[in-house]
Amino acid sequence: MPNMDPHKHPMPSQDPDVRARNFDEVALGYGEQTAIEEAARCLNCKHQPCVAGCPVRIHIPAFIAKVAEGDFEAAYQIISQSSSLPAVCGRVCPQETQCEGKCVRGVKGEPVGIGRLERFVADWHLAHSTQAPERPAANGHRVAVIGSGPSGLTCAGDLARRGYEVTVYEALHLAGGVLVYGIPEFRLPKAIVQKEIDTLKALGVTVETNVVIGRSITIDELMQEYGYEAVFIGSGAGLPKFMNIPGENLKGVYSANEFLTRINLMKAYLPDGDTPIQRGKSVAVVGGGNVAMDAARCARRLGAEVTVVYRRTEQELPARREEVEHAMEEGIEFRFLTNPVAISGDEQGWVRSITCQRMELGEPDASGRRRPVEVPGSEHDLPMDCVIMALGTSPNPLIRDTTAGLETQKWGGIIVEEQTGLTSRQGVYAGGDAVTGAATVILAMGAGKSAAQAIDEYIQGRE
Amino acid sequence: MNRILHKERLNPTVTLMEVDAPLVARKAEPGQFIILRVDEKGERIPLTIADYDREKGSITIIFQIVGATTEKLNRLEEGDFIHDFVGPLGRATHTEGLRKVAVVGGGVGCAIAYPVAKKLHEQGAEVHAIVGFRSRDLVILEEAFAAHSARLIRMSDDGSWGEKGLVTDALKRLIESGEQYDEVITIGPLIMMKFVCQLTRQYGVKTVASMNPIMIDGTGMCGGCRLTVGGKTRFACVDGPEFDGHEIDFDEAMARSVSYRDFERRAHDHVCALLKGGD
Repeated sequence: MPNMDPHKHPMPSQDPDVRARNFDEVALGYGEQTAIEEAARCLNCKHQPCVAGCPVRIHIPAFIAKVAEGDFEAAYQIISQSSSLPAVCGRVCPQETQCEGKCVRGVKGEPVGIGRLERFVADWHLAHSTQAPERPAANGHRVAVIGSGPSGLTCAGDLARRGYEVTVYEALHLAGGVLVYGIPEFRLPKAIVQKEIDTLKALGVTVETNVVIGRSITIDELMQEYGYEAVFIGSGAGLPKFMNIPGENLKGVYSANEFLTRINLMKAYLPDGDTPIQRGKSVAVVGGGNVAMDAARCARRLGAEVTVVYRRTEQELPARREEVEHAMEEGIEFRFLTNPVAISGDEQGWVRSITCQRMELGEPDASGRRRPVEVPGSEHDLPMDCVIMALGTSPNPLIRDTTAGLETQKWGGIIVEEQTGLTSRQGVYAGGDAVTGAATVILAMGAGKSAAQAIDEYIQGRE
Repeated sequence: MNRILHKERLNPTVTLMEVDAPLVARKAEPGQFIILRVDEKGERIPLTIADYDREKGSITIIFQIVGATTEKLNRLEEGDFIHDFVGPLGRATHTEGLRKVAVVGGGVGCAIAYPVAKKLHEQGAEVHAIVGFRSRDLVILEEAFAAHSARLIRMSDDGSWGEKGLVTDALKRLIESGEQYDEVITIGPLIMMKFVCQLTRQYGVKTVASMNPIMIDGTGMCGGCRLTVGGKTRFACVDGPEFDGHEIDFDEAMARSVSYRDFERRAHDHVCALLKGGD
């Protein structure tokens, strides 16, 4: 008999007042009993709408059935057939618009906590499994993957499972891409990312850090001199956008990328970190996406009063609902329908205040959201000593500038065949933010997965 | 991990290191830089490539001991390893077609000016090297510059080496004496480059300045190295590090360059105290 409780089991979490002062993980995860009871809420629908909502098509009802039986390792094996990074996805996927958004239980009540169960299963496996994954027999073919973020790791993992010899090239000193430099420790502990990467290494994937493809080695060299038969570009969208307003280069103005990289990758928040960070007293974060929430919550943990400045309303916030709720619980203030027009500084060039304009919503724009329009004469100053711009990012030009014949969009995204990720260059595939512009971890993983399939077919077809 | 092949103290605060880095050496060109981390908790710092040996697979860096990281780096010896070393980053100096160039270097900036002078000299350009130091005991690369320039003008603030005065004094004299340069390339302290650019603007001589701002990733990701060039925001790591000197907002760059001065001073003192304790 399914458990007909209309509510999900709540996620045990750190108290907001406590967690606003530490970088430990906010959500603590289900215990075994809670997981079994939550799993019993799944109706095991024949038409499996949840699976259709998952970009990597995890066999959701099947793994949940194993959780309900208490066979957590079997549940893990089912998830890992489809996902290379289950402990990551269980934490950062926007489930409300994917699997859980399609769940039949959501019609009258809350959907099954699929994300929470996925996380439980992955964590259970990482904690209990002592067996290294079996290394598949080598098939004698070599593939290079550029970038060790979600799309690259997924592509590498899927190819390694098929017997390919895969090398992942990472420009930074640490593998993980946005999972290590962008998403903060309190949302995705770095030890979890490291364990997922170790799993891939055990499958035979080689990770070369400190190599910038496009500078240290070009794609042509990878294929001609290094002997890779195919290349997957998962280099992400790293270039931060600014607003081009006066005062943006004052001291104390950060891109969210810089602020988060200093904290997450360089550990500037730890007392023994060598990398400095400005600990503002009043911090404005401009933007309303997940990155803005991450930056705001990091600034809060460094002791600041934080205001998120967003030009639309709460309904249009692109961030995951849970991140917004967490941010609000932690005492972060939101100013909706507000847009900065200038930043002012003191004599030494430090930020002193931002000037904002009030907005109102007009007609829908190309994105379908109502376009914010300035309210004349509504300028007002907010005293701030730090401003973080979280306005999105665009793809890095390094690879397109150094790879002849690689076609890109005007805004820089690599042009690919949608199903396969094939670029305009034979044997060169791409996926994730490098193709779509800034999107989500799971969409990038989905792209890495379909590219792995296409690369496999391409190489096998050449024989 | 990259091994230090050779270490040499050029003056009391400036050190040269030749580092085993075949992947970087294969591609390195004058004007490009590397980013390194000394140890597992270290910060990432950019250093411009001072020389490279493609056959040996080595990169030479020259750095001034100014903060915690360079202090720690300077404690490493031949045979030790640098934890992370990535490059070459940034765009190479544009040297093609230049026939007569004044290379103006100041202080440790001369370490970056030197490979540019060398490349131009090897291409057959007439190189006038104007190099300035505060005093004789801080002079580096004198012989190297002498070997790769048609004229070498030595300047010092106190007159203890070469002529007493600023590099701008020498450059002004050369231009006024009728020397016609295709380009002036200047590398050194921001304040020096600012005045070099002010001077050459008066004479309408194209000038390129090499910027070395605060940086984290060096691949265009953080935007920390941004500066205003011709009214537009540019990233030194991917758009530079060299820019049209007449377009750079040097005052803004100078303000940004001291963003972490207090932190750096504390960190430096802390490291020195720790290292002293360990001796």
